[in-house]
Parts: sequence; structure tokens; C-alpha cells
Amino acid sequence: MRPQRAAWWFVTPALIVLGVFFFLPVLAALAMSMTDFDLYALDDFANLRWIGFENYARLLREPLFWKSLGNTLYFVALGVPLSIGVSLGAALLVNSKVAKFRSVFRTVYFAPVVTTLVAVAVVWRYIFHTRYGFLNYALASIGLDPVDWMGDPHWAMPAIVILAVWKNFGYNMIILLAALQNIPDDLYEAARIDGASGWQQFRHVTLPGVGPVLLLVSILTMTGYFQLFAEPYVMTEGGPLQATYSVLYFMFEEGFKWWSLGRASAVAFLLFILMFVVTVVQLRLGRERGGA
Amino acid sequence: MVNRRQTMLALAAVAAAPLGCTRRSHGPDTVSFWAVGREGEVAADLIQEFLSERPDIHVEVQKLPWTAAHEKLLTAYAGDTLPDLCSLGNTWIPEFMALNALTPLDALAKASREIALDDYFPGILDSNRVEGQLYGIPWYIDTRLLYYRRDLLHQAGFDAPPTTWAEWERMLGAIKTMVGRDRYSILLPLNEFEPLLVLSLQQPSELLRDSGRYGNFRSDDFHRTLEFYASMFRRDWAPKMTNTQISNVWDEFGRGLFSFYISGPWNIAEFRKRLPPQLADAWMTAPMPGPTGPGASSAGGASLVIFNRSGSKPATWALMEYLSRSTVQQRFYELTGNMPPRRSTWQSSTLASSPYAKAYLAQLDRVRSPPKVPEWERIAQEMRLAAERVVQNVSTVDAACVALDRKTDEILEKRRWMMDKDRVT
Repeated sequence: MRPQRAAWWFVTPALIVLGVFFFLPVLAALAMSMTDFDLYALDDFANLRWIGFENYARLLREPLFWKSLGNTLYFVALGVPLSIGVSLGAALLVNSKVAKFRSVFRTVYFAPVVTTLVAVAVVWRYIFHTRYGFLNYALASIGLDPVDWMGDPHWAMPAIVILAVWKNFGYNMIILLAALQNIPDDLYEAARIDGASGWQQFRHVTLPGVGPVLLLVSILTMTGYFQLFAEPYVMTEGGPLQATYSVLYFMFEEGFKWWSLGRASAVAFLLFILMFVVTVVQLRLGRERGGA
Repeated sequence: MVNRRQTMLALAAVAAAPLGCTRRSHGPDTVSFWAVGREGEVAADLIQEFLSERPDIHVEVQKLPWTAAHEKLLTAYAGDTLPDLCSLGNTWIPEFMALNALTPLDALAKASREIALDDYFPGILDSNRVEGQLYGIPWYIDTRLLYYRRDLLHQAGFDAPPTTWAEWERMLGAIKTMVGRDRYSILLPLNEFEPLLVLSLQQPSELLRDSGRYGNFRSDDFHRTLEFYASMFRRDWAPKMTNTQISNVWDEFGRGLFSFYISGPWNIAEFRKRLPPQLADAWMTAPMPGPTGPGASSAGGASLVIFNRSGSKPATWALMEYLSRSTVQQRFYELTGNMPPRRSTWQSSTLASSPYAKAYLAQLDRVRSPPKVPEWERIAQEMRLAAERVVQNVSTVDAACVALDRKTDEILEKRRWMMDKDRVT
């Protein structure tokens, strides 16, 4: 047996699994996105119409789709930097030599990641409560007016961002912590001998040290945040006034609530294209900065 | 070599296993019963007597939560794993009928000695008819009613609940003046379409026109309803809140955050259980006030249906007859507080003596079904959204009605196409 053929034999099982469970469904979804597959079609395939790119055209004309896209981008733009900032801050604190009980804090910060969102949402609903909420209580104690977190269309998305950041920062913190611990102490020592201030050390030693990991973390976080769904699902049901309606939520409602699977598939492909483009841009930016 | 073949066989068996599961081996005397909601918890208890009466029939009860039921049922339909018997929200009946998933029950009911259709409240029974055919037997009623704080209404100077919108408005205004800025007269949760639906069903116009081909939301009647609904928020009688924001509706009702609340029968038991004892006499139920006199309400509820694929229809029907008996419904009411759909059950002592149930008995003669089209649930959500836009001041009543009509026409496009093809008559 020639080694080449043997190699194919080894790869075949993986290819079959990939083909059956990945490529085939993706192709089927692509085909479905060109039809008006819905309840009636579920009953009888004769009720299925091939409509080409009509689903896509209709989506691009649909105000709710643009609104959900806008909401998602808003969430990503606000949430990703904030989340990474908080993760990096927490990682620095936990990594700091002067901090006590470091392993306790590491566990505490990581705890939200492993808790169930549904249970957490119940607690956060009370934290965000307009009349009895802790957050408004805290605002009042520094003399600010109460905010109608879940009811005001302007504040609902920031509230979701706060919840998402709190829920997720621990995960990135662990990854960044590992990167921080990989930076050799000699570098800091040399910087100190050269008279670098704390900020200069952070800017010229820490940041370049965690740079590649930061890029990875930001891509992972961004792709994760683009798939915003569970938080609005349990907290606001997309409301108020669809202010927390995300693309994935849109897709879920179209597909599984209203059973317009054709349109839902089209949404999925649009989201895929969008995420693909953003990731490519991000990678290119990261590479340029790495090269410079 | 042998080893590898064995592994492959095992893998193939694992891969094939889920396929094998979709068709359960189903004897003619096994009935699978999906009971949705809290009723599912008592269903197993409820059928004990049936099991001893009919030892030849075996029943498998499966519980489903309401929030997941719709998705689960559609998925089961797609995967051909629907049960024999199910409790279905009666607004879903047109949808499952469009899927050809339901068994028509007219002939069975006519021949039955247990189920007397003329004993059922006509409005509720009618919600189970699509195009003249009966597809479900009502199991319990979910008609929305007015809950109110008797003490607060009395303080504001009124001794009886309202019967007309005008009277209601006077009371709402008086209560608001009495309770001040931080409290309200009525709760109309912005994430529920039911209160608005009830108010719009009170108007004579249809919500959809041309047998459900187009929306009819530009009608003067709907316009008036939406205006009335929105005015309650504009005048600050109702808080711009959703149920999730309130967190605990029962506590807030007890605290007097609001004095009127439109809700379903399950809340009788909840309020009894959750309100402090000193407030036991402070609240009551009343039939819905209407535009000019006592108004209609929605003919909501859950019905028992037999799915077409059932291989044991006689046994399933026997279980359905058992569940529809007056004595069993009486017990069902005692276990869950669910209102029975048969008049004879209402004559029973516990129900007849409940002061809270009295309003339901009056309301049940004035119920109306929402439009019976498979797309209704979605249109109702759009209706809620249109109202929310008006309430949040992003849209005027006029613009909201026009936009809602346009959206509805878009949703009904496929239905029109189907009707033109003569698939739906």
C-alpha cells in the first residue's frame, strides 16, 4: 500500500464525520435559505417555494433586522473592550505580588463563568430592579437619579453589557493571567533599573508580552459577543422596544418560534459573513501591529 | 482486523440508535399523553382511577413546560414523535390543523355518552372549531378577567367594579389621584399581548379581514381600542413596565402598586396563597368592562387533542372521555384551580361557592375567539409591539395601526398564496 493511500485511509473517518455533521448541514442550510420553508412546507413539500435570494433581499429591507444588527454591534463595541479591559485589570490584580489571598480572588472572579445564566439572571433582575435594586440604591447614595434599567430602551443594552461582562470576564482573566506569568521577571527588573515608572513598565513590558494572547482573546470574545442571545432571552425577551434584540435572537424567533426556517437560515449566513469579515480585519490589524 | 470491524459495527449501531428511537413500539392500548404546564404535575394523579377502570390501557404521562411546549411540539411533528394525546393551547389548534396533525372529533363526540357538547360553554367550544370541524375538547378555561383591589376602590369612592370603559376611566382616574405619583391604577404588562387583545375583541370588527387574508388593524374599532389602551399609560394610570421588571406581581398587588390587573384564572389560587391574611377580603374578580356595557373576553384555554399519527385512537378517546367527566374535572379544579369548561361541573359545591369564580361564570357567556389562522400568535406579538411603540412615544396611534396592518399583510402572504392554491379553504 502506498503511503499516500494509507494517509487517505486515516483521514477518511474524520472527513466522513465532518462531511455528514458539518458540510452537509451547512449546504442544506444554504439551500434552505433560498426557500420560504415554513410551517406549511413542513406539512407538505409541495408548499415550498424556491425564492432565490428573496429572503436576503427581504432581510436587508427589514427594519428589525437592521435594528438587531445595530444592537449587536453596539453590544460588541461596548462589551468587548470593556470585557477585555476588566479581564486584564483583574488579571493584573490577581498577578500582583502585593495582593493577598490571590488564589481566593482567582476563584471568586472565575465563579460567574461557571454559574448558570438563568440562575444568575434572577439575581441580576433584582440588582437592576428600579425600586428595590442594589444598583439604583448605590446610585442614590452618590446622589444620582434612579435608572429604569430594564424598562428604558436607552439603558437596557448597557444593563445587558454589565451582566455579560460580569459573567464572562473571569474566563479571559485566566488566559491573560497565564500570559502574564509567562513574562520573564528579568524584563521588569531591567526596566526598573532603567528607571521606568509603573505605567511605562505596563506600556512597554506587560502589553507587548501579552500582545498575541490579547489578540486571541479579543477574537474569541468578539465572536462570542456577536452571538449575543442568552442574556436578552432570560432578562428582557428582546425588549423594551426591541432595544436588546440581537441578530441571534432574531434568528431564534424566526426559526424556532415562528418556524420560518428559510428566513432564519438566511440570517445565519448573513451573520456568518459579517463575523468572517470582522475576524479577517482583526487578524490583519493584529499582524500589522505585530510586524511593526 | 476483527477488532476494527467490531469497533465499526459498534459505531454504526451508535449512529443508528437515534433513528431507531423515533418510532417507539406502540401497542394499541398504550396512550402517550403530553400534559403541558402545572397540569402535567397532577395528570399522573388524576388518571389513577382511569387506570383501575381500564386495566387494559397503559398510559405514559410526559410533562412539558408552557414556555417550551410550542417548539417541542413542532419539533416532535417534524420528527414524527408526537404523542397520542396532548393538552394544547386552543389558539394553537389552527396551526396544528394546518399541519394536518389533528384528528377531527365531531363523530366521536356525537357518539360519546360521556362528552355532551351542549354542556360546554359555547364560546369556549367554538375556539376548538376550525372551518366548522371540531379538533379539540376543552379541558380548562383561560379567560382573562379583571382583578381589583376592593378596599382601594372603596377608598376612592366606588362600591362596585366598572361595567363600561367610561366608568372604568373614572375609577382609574380617581385611584391615581388618591395614590399619587409612585403608585398606579392598573398594571398592563408591556410584554403581554393579552390585555390589549381582550380589549380589541370587545369591539365588533374582526381583527383580520377576508377570512384571514389581510389585517384589519386600520379599522376605527381597533384604532379606538389602541387609543384607549395607550391613554392609560399617557395619563400615568399604568406604569410602563414588563412582568420581568415587576419581579413579583402578587407582592406588588398586595402593596397596592396597582389596583386593577387583567389576568387569568390561575391567579385566583396564587393570590389566595401569596397575599397576607389581612388582605384576604381586599381583592375580588370582576367580568371585563366593555366599551358600552359588560364586555367580551378572550376564549382562551387548553384543549385535549388527538394527533393524527396516533395508533391507538380508541384508547386515547377513552382517556379523553374520562378526563372530561364532570367528577374528574371537579377533582382537577380542586388540584389545580383550573376552571372547568362544562356547565355541569360549575354546579358542584366548591366551585359554586367560590366568590372569585362567580365573575368567570358571568364572563364565560361573553367570550370570543381570536382569529383562527396559524399565523395568529405572531400577529398578536406584532400587535403588542405596535402598542409598545405607542406607549413609549416612538409612534402615534395612527402610524402604529398602519404599520401593524402592513406587517400583518406581510406575515399572511404565504397564507394568501396557499388559499389561492386552494389548499386552505
